[in-house]
Amino acid sequence: MEKAVETRELTKKYGAFTAVDRLNLDIRSGEVFGLLGPNGAGKTTTILMLLGMTEPTSGTVRVLGFDPAREPLKLKSRTGYLAENVGFYEDLTARENLTYLANLNGLKGSHADRAIDEALEKVEMVNSADALVGTFSKGMRQRLGLASVLLKKPQLVILDEPTSGIDPEGVEKILSLIRKMADESGITIMLSSHMLHSVQKVCDRVGIMFKSSMIACGTIEEIGKSIIGERQGTIKIVSNGSGAVDEEKLGTIKGLKDFRRSGDLVTANFDESRRSEIIREIVEKGCLPVEVRGTEYSLEEIYLRYFREV
Amino acid sequence: MAGMTTIFRKELADHLGSRRIAVISTIIILASLSAVLSAVESPTLLQQDSAALFLSLLTERSGNLPSFLFFVTFLVPILGILLGFDAINAERQRGTLSLLISQPVYRDALINGKFLAALAAMALMMGGILALIGGISMAKLGIAPNGAEILRALVFFGAAMLYASFWLSVAILFSVLFDKTSTSALAAIALWIFLAFFVQLVAGVVADHIVPVGRESPAEEVLRHEHLRMNLMRLSPAYLLQEVSLVVLNPSVRILGPIDVSRLQGVIPSALDIGQSLMVIWPQLTALAALSIVCFGVSYIAFMRREIRS
Repeated sequence: MEKAVETRELTKKYGAFTAVDRLNLDIRSGEVFGLLGPNGAGKTTTILMLLGMTEPTSGTVRVLGFDPAREPLKLKSRTGYLAENVGFYEDLTARENLTYLANLNGLKGSHADRAIDEALEKVEMVNSADALVGTFSKGMRQRLGLASVLLKKPQLVILDEPTSGIDPEGVEKILSLIRKMADESGITIMLSSHMLHSVQKVCDRVGIMFKSSMIACGTIEEIGKSIIGERQGTIKIVSNGSGAVDEEKLGTIKGLKDFRRSGDLVTANFDESRRSEIIREIVEKGCLPVEVRGTEYSLEEIYLRYFREV
Repeated sequence: MAGMTTIFRKELADHLGSRRIAVISTIIILASLSAVLSAVESPTLLQQDSAALFLSLLTERSGNLPSFLFFVTFLVPILGILLGFDAINAERQRGTLSLLISQPVYRDALINGKFLAALAAMALMMGGILALIGGISMAKLGIAPNGAEILRALVFFGAAMLYASFWLSVAILFSVLFDKTSTSALAAIALWIFLAFFVQLVAGVVADHIVPVGRESPAEEVLRHEHLRMNLMRLSPAYLLQEVSLVVLNPSVRILGPIDVSRLQGVIPSALDIGQSLMVIWPQLTALAALSIVCFGVSYIAFMRREIRS
């Protein structure tokens, strides 16, 4: 698969402080990639290096096949970037702001107008196109930001904290727009965030950065497995027929453990990868599972688990 | 290049439409016109060389009102500071700086475009005022400026623009260095006050200290003292502009500073032509140009090396 972003041993130092330490990052074309980590983990510095806005201390970067430090303009005409807290000219309307940006991208006259109309349509802002940006909410500004990125018909879009400081409804809207951009236009999207829940829904793969290094990278499923280990579900068991549940008998079943009894009911944890085998064996041993609940990996859990270990 | 033109146009439109520029231009235009209108009434005006009557309108003062030249040296720095003090840091605060540098334009297009737009705004204003004064001279005195006068007025205009661009560069430099617009404005105004008022005092004190002169000092000592004082004052661009204008607007001035009687022997008291006047003032013009170039260069480098995070 073609790679949109590729870094090798990418390092950035500010004096004695290492902001990014030997980062190897691969982002495939067409995927939505989430770069996660607490504040100060080096996410923004990584993004700046990807865009050629700051020079790496060592290591190599290729973005869409270009070296960002050497061919910044070629890269920037194909890449959209929205910084955290991006702003617009408050005393201009949304359309005027977009016209300025379109001109900077070399789009003039009717070409610019058409691109602006399309972009506004995509972010559902046609109705507020001629209102001053000063009157916009944070969520609307962020959508206007997405429109400004779409103007240049990018191959890659990099969003730094696109959902920070926005109300839940606005977040929902922006995330669905991001997903739509990837699905309908085939744009590769990289976004950084510390809002795990939202990222989990929209990203194909995530990378977790902590203290300047990438500590895990892959789908949420893969990372969950490697950090938390096998998923565990809980199962509630009663005796089938009369008499109490025989815990010792159940204890011989592989993957079933941690029995807790309350009255006639026994609760136990089980290894989800053997779910059906375990249920069958329980029934064979004369008991009845009354409730089987699996757990899904959540990024919160991964996050907390990891940082507790560090 | 295309990017710079776009930025230039937007900035110029912003300047021409901005309220604070409207206020300062009103003040400058009113001050200049009242100075010239009262100079027209001045009794000494008619004793001037009639070949340079238009020019003497610019330097002549009457009654309590200072001359037009004084207003230019006094108000142009304020105009330059007003146009430049928030050039970069306001964009940073608004969050538009990262928006602009993520567009496919070279980063220097931004600072060059801003500098040129502010310079163009000032040139429009100065040119307009000089043309108005030409009109007043025709209406009130019945004398149209002749070719040599127009040439000299153009040289004066050029020198005033160099002076203006020095202050503009200072203001832009502070807007790159300081994150707050209030800090950069105050720093620029402090420097202006120092160079406009205190340099004269400081020059006198330093000269007195290095070459003390009393009533009985030999002529050489007094001369040395005077030269030192003048050279110190020439550190201030305001003084350089004063010297340049004195010579350029006054065809009969041929020596600056203390005059020794032996140098006046055999002098025919006639007007110099423009080439000769330029020869007298060339070092000052060069120094004025050098000051603005160095100052702009420093702000250019400071801006290019600055990392823009958000």
